[in-house]
Amino acid sequence: MTQQKNKKGAVLALLGCLLLLAAVVLLENVSVFLPPESVPNVLKPTSQLFAVLKKGAVYSLAAVSMNLLNGFTGLFSLGQAGFMLLGAYTYAILSVPVAERAAVYYLYGGSAVNFSFQDLFGSLFGTEGVGGAVSMGLGVMAAMVLAGCVAAAFAYLIGLPVLRLKSDYLAIATLGFAEIIKAVFQWQALGPVTNGANMIKSFPTFSSFNITGAGGKVILRLSTFFPFLVAILCIAVICMLINSSYGRAFKAIREDEIAAEAMGINLAKHKMLSFCTSAFFAGVSGALFAMFVTNAQAKVYTTTMTYEILLIVVIGGIGSISGSCIATFLYVACSEWWLRFLDNETVLASGVKLPFLRSGFRMVVFSVVIMIVVLFFRRGIMGDKELPDLFRRRKTRKEAAQ
Amino acid sequence: MLKIDELKVSYGGIEAVKGITFEVPERQIVTLIGANGAGKSTTLRTIAGLVKPASGRIHLQGEDITGLSPDKIVSKGITLVPEGRRVFPDLTVLENLKIGAYLRSDNLEDDLKWVYDLFPRLQERSWQAAGTLSGGEQQMLAVGRALMSRPKIIMMDEPSLGLAPLVVKGIFEIIREINKQGVTVLLIEQNANMALHTADLGYVLETGKITLTGPGRELLANEDVKKAYLGS
Repeated sequence: MTQQKNKKGAVLALLGCLLLLAAVVLLENVSVFLPPESVPNVLKPTSQLFAVLKKGAVYSLAAVSMNLLNGFTGLFSLGQAGFMLLGAYTYAILSVPVAERAAVYYLYGGSAVNFSFQDLFGSLFGTEGVGGAVSMGLGVMAAMVLAGCVAAAFAYLIGLPVLRLKSDYLAIATLGFAEIIKAVFQWQALGPVTNGANMIKSFPTFSSFNITGAGGKVILRLSTFFPFLVAILCIAVICMLINSSYGRAFKAIREDEIAAEAMGINLAKHKMLSFCTSAFFAGVSGALFAMFVTNAQAKVYTTTMTYEILLIVVIGGIGSISGSCIATFLYVACSEWWLRFLDNETVLASGVKLPFLRSGFRMVVFSVVIMIVVLFFRRGIMGDKELPDLFRRRKTRKEAAQ
Repeated sequence: MLKIDELKVSYGGIEAVKGITFEVPERQIVTLIGANGAGKSTTLRTIAGLVKPASGRIHLQGEDITGLSPDKIVSKGITLVPEGRRVFPDLTVLENLKIGAYLRSDNLEDDLKWVYDLFPRLQERSWQAAGTLSGGEQQMLAVGRALMSRPKIIMMDEPSLGLAPLVVKGIFEIIREINKQGVTVLLIEQNANMALHTADLGYVLETGKITLTGPGRELLANEDVKKAYLGS
């Protein structure tokens, strides 16, 4: 009975994801299919909408991976930006074609790493036409998986000492790790690998996934579709992990470590598993973020970025995956698009200058929102419920009423 | 079945258990009674692997299990119902029960049915968050959760703690029922009267040492025990 229900739920979830992906593809291709005059501004490829969707997809993966650790396992870690940085650099270093390396690393007289997945798959499948698309896609995928693996490997190493700590101490230790990683990657001596404090660029980005025809004209836009696809795949894996017996063990550790241990759950092993899995997906989201901003640069991965993601997790509801996703898109849309006007000085037609509106006011509004959330909506948008739970509750209520 | 030999446990230099030797025969209810700080809980926590002993041996059916990790000990067939119940408050009753069976990969249906038959109340509440149950129901859940690992020995740390007398009576009835179905029980209690009435065998623990041993009924009649623990 319950198994049947689960199967039905999985099919519904799969259908939902496919619909979402189809909607994304349709949305971003309106400008391709319709004549340019009839495309509304908001659907043009340069519109803020697509920047928000892309960044939202990237951040939702980062937020869900943080939620896995903070919300489901109860380990309060602030190392998210550090793991994203590791992922971004791993992806960038392994994806810049060898031919471009001299130009990217010109300050250091070329790169110490003379290998890239782009060249590897390029030599297997060719670099032009369909073969070129295949080798680009495979190269990106391989580099992304490796980006996750590097982040997870680092998580394992620092997890050995750090996971013995609890709550605030763990947060401080992981925060320190993220700062150290940031400094190390900007270190001049590592320049031939990390390009020092300069950015690494010239690797495939989201717009590389647009299919272009003759003369460079775009036939099919997939630049928003790609981050959605990766994020949905990764979040699906995290969902499956959380719904497995491992997920139950994580929740047991969150609720009561001693009772969990008495039930035969190996604390060290499960904490490490959760920490490394979270870091893996943070690494993948870091690689996506590098693709989104089209470069990899250590100084972007600040503590502020971790706090942004933490804020999303808290607003969405600690322990809710769908909550994290909804909150991500709300947050990114507000900060990149809807609340931008708060930063612009505005003079009304009557000549009255609106008070408060000036550069930086957006952040003031955000801070107030955070305080309101923490004071009055501590459980966030979804609490620890998921979207399907809401429907289920309504149904049982209806049944009870009959 | 379970043999404890010269077990010593210390917390940072202070010896809580000073070399105790006792035995838990198969299919019996054995109780350790004693005042606060006698070392009862420490003994149970050491057997469960949550605390490492300073010296001494623990044997389960002839096999040395001293110093094994808690998950190994659970898979050997010893489960602890921790003091103060410690159910997972935000998880549902069903999830709590499934966590109890965490180390097993076989089918849980039969065991779920077994636990639900023992505690029909839990089946009614299976979708409720464990934190919303009453104290007595939480104790039932804690026992049920421990039973889900199919233990040979179930150890209970103060199952009557903070429960109304009537509920305590119910809990002890269930302990007898579980024992009848073939599970060995090791019980520690402040409520010496109740424990000794139920137990086949009792040990009196005083400041880290065993001072008296005997069948439960005999200890109940013992003058020293009466004075010290039964208040008459």
